[in-house]
Parts: sequence; structure tokens; C-alpha cells
Amino acid sequence: MPETKAIERRIVLANLDQPGYTPDIECYLKHGGYASLRKAAGMKPEEIVNEVKASQLRGRGGAGFACGVKWGFIRADEKKPIYLICNADESEPGTFKDRQIIDRDPHQLVEGMIISCFAVRAKLAYIYIRGEFAGGARILQKALDEARRNNFLGKNILGTDYSLEIYIHRGAGAYICGEETGLIESLEGKRAYPRIKPPYFPAVLGLYQCPTIVNNVETLCNAVHILRMGGAEYAKIGRPNNTGTRIVCVSGHVNKPGYYEIENGAWTLGQIVNDLAGGVRGGKKIKAIIPGGSSAKVLRMGEVIKLRQKQPDGSMAEKEMGILDIPYDFDNLQAAGTMSGSGAIIVMDETTDMVKAMNNINAFYAHESCGQCTPCREGSLWLQKITDRIVRGGGRASDPGLLINVADNIAGRTICAMGEATAWPVQSFVAKFRDEFEKACEKK
Amino acid sequence: MFTFMSMPPFSTLDGQVAEIVARYPVSKRSAAMPVLHLIQETYGFISGESIEWAANKLELQPINLLELVTFYPMYRQKPVGKYHIKLCRTLSCALNGGEALCEHVLKKLNVKLNETTPDGRFTVSHVECIASCGTAPVAQVNEDFHEGLTPQKMDELIAKSV
Ligand SMILES: Cc1cc2nc3c(=O)[nH]c(=O)nc-3n(C[C@H](O)[C@H](O)[C@H](O)COP(=O)(O)O)c2cc1C
Ligand code: SF4
Ligand code: FES
Repeated sequence: MPETKAIERRIVLANLDQPGYTPDIECYLKHGGYASLRKAAGMKPEEIVNEVKASQLRGRGGAGFACGVKWGFIRADEKKPIYLICNADESEPGTFKDRQIIDRDPHQLVEGMIISCFAVRAKLAYIYIRGEFAGGARILQKALDEARRNNFLGKNILGTDYSLEIYIHRGAGAYICGEETGLIESLEGKRAYPRIKPPYFPAVLGLYQCPTIVNNVETLCNAVHILRMGGAEYAKIGRPNNTGTRIVCVSGHVNKPGYYEIENGAWTLGQIVNDLAGGVRGGKKIKAIIPGGSSAKVLRMGEVIKLRQKQPDGSMAEKEMGILDIPYDFDNLQAAGTMSGSGAIIVMDETTDMVKAMNNINAFYAHESCGQCTPCREGSLWLQKITDRIVRGGGRASDPGLLINVADNIAGRTICAMGEATAWPVQSFVAKFRDEFEKACEKK
Repeated sequence: MFTFMSMPPFSTLDGQVAEIVARYPVSKRSAAMPVLHLIQETYGFISGESIEWAANKLELQPINLLELVTFYPMYRQKPVGKYHIKLCRTLSCALNGGEALCEHVLKKLNVKLNETTPDGRFTVSHVECIASCGTAPVAQVNEDFHEGLTPQKMDELIAKSV
């Protein structure tokens, strides 16, 4: 990794922080808006899917699934209606990028959605936006109305025979609505109980049991830029299998918390935290970093990461490094035993009480479990109960082991990935800060 | 603010409900959540009568709506104060003084969490991460976001909320 300072590469965020940039359509058009849609209108849907496949774009919502592959699941001879849903639930702790796009550059999302709907031949689409974003929902509604008036939306878009309606659906404060099948249940007017996969892969059996594409806000925005520059050109940004840019959200004990758009894999975790986010406040040292939203496994300062990296010749080689030297992208964070998840980097300084931090995280998952699966519902409550008693001075010597035991019995035994999201933080916190947990359990 | 005197009859919502239902051409049931939002925005909370009325409108059983009200944290069955202060409880806010801020607010307003001040002006609650972690600690007062909060800023906000 070169010794240069990390810099941003703004593509999705190119405009929204520009002085005078406003969320109305005139401003968006002045900045070249809807040119990609015009281009798309002259293409065949499968040509657009092929561009997105060539771009190697991976989903920005958390799982990093290849977007073009997902779109490719929709069969050309599909008889059922096809739906598309924008996942604007943004609720993974530490994540605050989608809200910026929604509030300040809504037309980029609308354009991305229309292109994506055209590509998968969806004629009805929804934006599932978390309930707390009431203002954002109004901004998006205005953007949709403006798009309709300009014939970008509605009947016979730009003179083609393609028609599309997009509606907004507001959530009501439940994290599990971010999970795509829970989201679909919620959109059907039910409790957001995630569905079991298989068979309920949204692209096969989604909304109203029809093929449904669910994509994150940032993923859909990238469709605009892939069409503008072409898939192959887009794929030159970033690294193979980790193409394009990524909006990372840095929070916690840093001097300049905020959202930064970087070329995937171009910078290390340390460069992001120290160069972009200005390092830790008050000259303190880093103790731990959660690299991809609170569901991701924590990284401890000082631990040695054995990173298996693909070499240019295709072979695999293992390299030892500190956590700050991990290049930030999907594959490298996964190779480091954690994940880039939603791109949320939470930095904790040397003064952080890791047991308290753990208790805070446990309280989140206990509150947000939908309650369908016993391991997640009961386990998350037990995890919180245990860390809560440790924090209050009633911990038992067996508690660190018990935490691990409960977490081990949640992961892999639930309907949705929330089970892992609950277990991973506990497994990693206790394993990597065991001494702190043990000491806290001695406290009376 | 939400006295029974000023409550318009449910029928005043008929037009808005029809507009909502039109957004879900495949299934009327999908309109359940936005109709509940509409009821709460109009009356301040979701009463048993409003559930019966909405269920009838959407051709559902009342339980189909009640199970949403009891599942989704934003829906409430009791009124809250005119200003509902929702302080973020989650990690990035907690790392930036969120807990102390919450204690400050509770002390200043002399209430417990989820309680309303006797004058009906303020209710204080927690929310989970509201996607503003870069400007922690944060709170929502009704629908508005207030970011980069300090006890002083909170005091000013409370003083302004009359
Ligand atoms: C518990 C849980 C919460 C999730 N929350 C979100 C969310 O808030 N926003 C989001 O875009 N994806 C979220 N996801 C991921 C979605 O299930 C889904 O993978 C994503 O929306 C697909 O879009 P993408 O391929 O564009 O990333 C969550 C997943 C899980 C398991
Ligand atoms: S894992 Fe948890 S959140 Fe997911 S379906 Fe089961 S109980 Fe619900
Ligand atoms: S942790 Fe408070 S807004 Fe995200």
C-alpha cells in the first residue's frame, strides 16, 4: 500500500455537498441528471443487465451480493408481474449514508430506480423507507412527482412503451424491516417476520409471491453511473470483484466523523480512520474498530490478522498485518474474519469500556429481534441480561463463557441472518477482550 | 394538544385512505401501515375504535392491525406530549455522550423515560440508531432531527418548544 494519504473519490456523492446543490429536478437536470435514463430508454433490458454484470457491482446494503447476478435471476419469459423494491430502511447501527442521498439528492435514487426497473422489467416499484425518515419520505415524494411531470415516470416513459409506477412505503421503527424478506412481509401489511430461504428468495418468490428485486439505495444509485460510463469502464474503479466506490460512514471517537466515498480497496482501514476521519480525538489510541456496522465482528488494535489474498496470478497467499493495514473492501474484510457490511466503521478509543459497549450492542439486538425463532428471541435477551448484570457489578466468573455459549447457539440456527448479527459481535468481543470481561465479572 | 374535543371524525380521513389504497393495486392489506400512520398523525395515537374503523375500511380483521401496532415501535396506543423527544440510545451516540445527555434531559424535565411532563408538553423516549451517527449524539423531536447535541443545545431546544 503506498504511503500516500487517503482521498475520496466521489461518484454517488459527487453533487450533494456542492454549495447551492438542491434536491429539486431543475438542479439535478442542470448537473446532467436523467441522461443515463435517456440512454437506457434506447437499450434493451437485457443490455442494461449485461452492463451491470460487466460492472461487477456488488450490493451496498450489507451482504455484498453481485447485483447483475441478482437481476439475472429474473427470467426473460417470466409470466408473473415483477417488482422492484428500494431498501431505504437504513438501520444498521453506524450507517448514515442513504439518508444523505434521500434528503439531498433524491433524483439520483429515482433515476437509478427507474433504470433498474426497466432492466428487470418491473412495472411497479416501492421505496421502503424507515418510518423515522418522515422528512425524507416527503422529499422523495416530491422527486417522484417531478419525475412524473417530466415523463421519466408513469405511462410511456420518454416515448417508449414502458410504463412504471413507484410508490413510497414508510416503515415504523423496526430494524428487521431492513432484512429483505422481513421488508416484503411488512410491505404486504404484516409483521416483519422474515421468510425462510429457500424457498423465499425474493427474486423467485418475493412481494405477493412474485419475483422481486430488492436493492439498497446506494446500489441503485450506482446504476446511474454504470450506464453513464459503461459497465467495463466502471469495473476499472476499485479492485476485481470489489469494483466501484463505497460510501463509508465513520463514527465513534474520531475527529472528523462523517461519510466518505472511496474507491473500493484503494485505502486501508487505518488510512480511512486516520486520513479521512482525522484520527482519534484527543490524541488517544485506538482500542477497537467495528468495520461494517454493529453486526460485524470487532477488530482489536494489536491483533495480528492473517489475510488470505488473491495474487495477480490467481494463487492465494497469506500475509500477516495489523488491523489498520487491511485494505477496505468486501473480500479483504471477509478474509480478515469480519465484514465490510453496510460500510459503517465505528471507532472506539483506549478509554472505551468494552463490556459497556457490548451491553449497548446486545440491548439493540434484544430490542430488535422479531421473535419468530427461539434462539434469536430468547438468546438475544439472555445476552443482554448477562452483560447488563456484569455492567451492574453482578457478573459471575462463568459469564464470559456463558456469553459465548449462548451466542454459539444462536448463529446458524435461525430463519434470517439477524441470528448471526446478534452472535457475531458477542463472539468477537468476548474472544478478543476476554480479560476485560473477566475483570468486569470480578467487580462487585 | 390531542384533546378529545378537537378530534375530527374518522370519516374525514376517507379521501386520504382512498389515496393510500390506490398505491397498492395488488393488495389492500398493504395499505395497513400507511393508514395506521395516518391515524396516528391525525389523532396522536391509535385507539381501539380507530383500529376497528380502519379494519373495516381495509376489509381486514381488527387483530390484523392490532398486531402491527404492537409490533412496530413507532405506533402507540396512548398519546404522548406535544414534543416527543426521542434520544438515540445506540452505540455511536453512546460513545459520544448520549447517556449523559439522556440523564440531563430527564433531570431537567423531571420525568422518567417514556413519561410525559404533567403539562403535557414533553415525552422523553429512546430510539435505536437513527442514521445520524456521524453527528452523534442525536435526537428526534417529533419528526425533526437534531444533531451534534450538547446539554446546552438541548436546553435551548426545550426552551423553544412551547
Ligand atoms: C438484520 C438485517 C438487517 C438489514 N438491514 C438492511 C438495511 O437497513 N438496509 C439495506 O439496504 N439492507 C439491509 N439488509 C440487507 C438486505 O437483506 C438485502 O440484502 C439488501 O437490501 C439487498 O440489497 P443490495 O444487494 O443492493 O445490498 C439487512 C439484512 C439483515 C439480515
Ligand atoms: S433470526 Fe431473529 S430476527 Fe430473524 S427471523 Fe429469527 S427471530 Fe426474527
Ligand atoms: S448511533 Fe445514534 S444515530 Fe446511529
